Amino acid sequence: MKARVLIHPKEGILDPQGQAVERALPALGFEGVREVRVGRLIELEIDDPARVPEMCERLLANPLIEDYEVQSDYEPRSRAK
Amino acid sequence: MRFGVVRFPGSCDEVDALLACRRFADAELLWHGDADLGGVDAVVIPGGFSYGDYLRVGAIARFSPVMGAIGDFARSGGHVLGICNGFQVLCEAGLLPGALLPNTGLRFLCRQVEVEVVTADTPFTRACAPGDRLAIPVKHTSGRYYAPPQVLEGLQAHGQIILRYAPGDNPNGSVADIAAVSNGARNVMGLMPHPEHAVDPLTGSTDGGRLFESLARHVAERLAA
Repeated sequence: MKARVLIHPKEGILDPQGQAVERALPALGFEGVREVRVGRLIELEIDDPARVPEMCERLLANPLIEDYEVQSDYEPRSRAK
Repeated sequence: MRFGVVRFPGSCDEVDALLACRRFADAELLWHGDADLGGVDAVVIPGGFSYGDYLRVGAIARFSPVMGAIGDFARSGGHVLGICNGFQVLCEAGLLPGALLPNTGLRFLCRQVEVEVVTADTPFTRACAPGDRLAIPVKHTSGRYYAPPQVLEGLQAHGQIILRYAPGDNPNGSVADIAAVSNGARNVMGLMPHPEHAVDPLTGSTDGGRLFESLARHVAERLAA
C-alpha cells in the first residue's frame, strides 16, 4: 500500500524558507498570500501502514521541531502522458 | 588519556579534531561501523556532513553502530564532545536536549565568531573563567539552536548553557544566543563553533585549544584518581 507523510515545521518555529517564498510571491503578482510554510513530502510503499506513525516518531520527523501528517490509501494522481 | 575521534561517511573535520586532541593527549580515529570504542577515554564527534545530511542533519548517523556504543559510554559517565555536525548528531540521538535548525539567513556561514563562556565548571571549559571570550570559527548551514521554552528554562536553571555567542555576534539565530549546551550530568557537550580549527596561531586564534585542554586534563585526573 502507498502512504505519504507530510512533514512541516511546528507552529511557532521560525521558517525562514517559508518567509522567503512568501516575500517572493508578490513580486510575481501573487498578492494576498500569508503563512507560507515549507516542509517535505515522503512517499513510501508499505505492507503495514499502521506502522508509519512510529516511523515518523523515530526517524522520518523530529517531533521536537516538526509536525507530521500521514495519508495512506491515497490515490496517486496519474501522470499526464 | 586517549581521545577517540569518530569518522562517519561524510565527516570532514575528523583530522583537524584528531590533531587538536593530540596537542593535549593521545588520540585515534574511530570507525562509524564499529560498535566498540576501543577503550578510548573520551569521544569527539567531529564536523562534516555525516551520511550526506540526508533527511535532516544528524538523523541517519545516530543509527550507526558507533553511536550505540557512544550512547552506552555517555550513559555510564563517559565524556563526549560533539562539534557542529557532531552536535547535531548528539541532539538527534537524544544525548543532548534541543535541535539545530537552518540558519535564519538560510546561508552557509563561514567566519570567526566571539563566544562567551557562561559556565566554566564543566569538564569542557574548566581551563576558562566565566565571561572569558573565545575567538572560534563557525561554518555551517544548520546551526540555529532551538529548544522548546520549558526545556530552555531547564537549561538555564541547571547551568547547561556552556557558551553563548557574544552580544551582537549570533550568526544563525540561535535561541538565547546559545553556542554550546551540555546534558544534565555535564559529561556530554555540543557546540556549533569549531574549536579544532582554532588551536594554532597560524589560523588566527588558539582559543579553541582551551576546550580540548580542559577535557584532556579533566579525564586524565579522573583516570589517575
